[in-house]
Amino acid sequence: MNVMYFAWVRERVGRPSEEVETAATTVRELVDELSAREPRYAAAFADPAALRVAVDQQLSDFDAPLENVREVAFFPPMTGG
Amino acid sequence: MDIRVQDAPFDLGAESGSFAARQSGMGAVVTFTGIVRNNAAGDLREMMIEHYPGMTEKAIGDIAMEASSRWNLGDVLIIHRYGALAPQEMIMMVATSAPHRSDAFEAAEFLMDFLKSRAPFWKKEVTRESARWVEAKDEDEDALSRWSSGVAD
Repeated sequence: MNVMYFAWVRERVGRPSEEVETAATTVRELVDELSAREPRYAAAFADPAALRVAVDQQLSDFDAPLENVREVAFFPPMTGG
Repeated sequence: MDIRVQDAPFDLGAESGSFAARQSGMGAVVTFTGIVRNNAAGDLREMMIEHYPGMTEKAIGDIAMEASSRWNLGDVLIIHRYGALAPQEMIMMVATSAPHRSDAFEAAEFLMDFLKSRAPFWKKEVTRESARWVEAKDEDEDALSRWSSGVAD
């Protein structure tokens, strides 16, 4: 699936998006899997309460299932307007 | 419904004028314009606005649909910019039309509250010395809760 990062999450991970092969069944499992990979992911995901997630471009949560999901995005709380 | 996400500036006068001119049967048009405010030190060089192409348009569309279902509206126009903006540049505008002004005012406020914390934009404040991500405020989140009960009844 395509995993995207925005704002300071993008800066900590060091890239805007990437293809990830994963067996994770939920967003939380994906976060744990990425965090275990490299310190830059662990740094980006250190405080889950400071993160928001979109699953296939819909705001979602860490319990969301990943079955048939094409795109997951992680970012801080939004500051539009 | 007209939703635009763009890096180019927009002409507030022309947009407001043409929006108002096409509202047959409406009695009220409300417009809101957001501009880049300088920081407390007055040394803001630019505001970098990042967004999530694809989701941004969908999220704004969903917010506008929700407003249209809550209030008796004629039309909605939302323009939101991204990229590097200088102090005093216009970031975004919202226009609503309705047969009566209370619907147009309330819907415009609703749209602004939701665009602030439910549309995928992130602002970074760049000064000569530093760059920092603008943090979401608790009161922005609180502002949403006032719409959770039936305001539009």
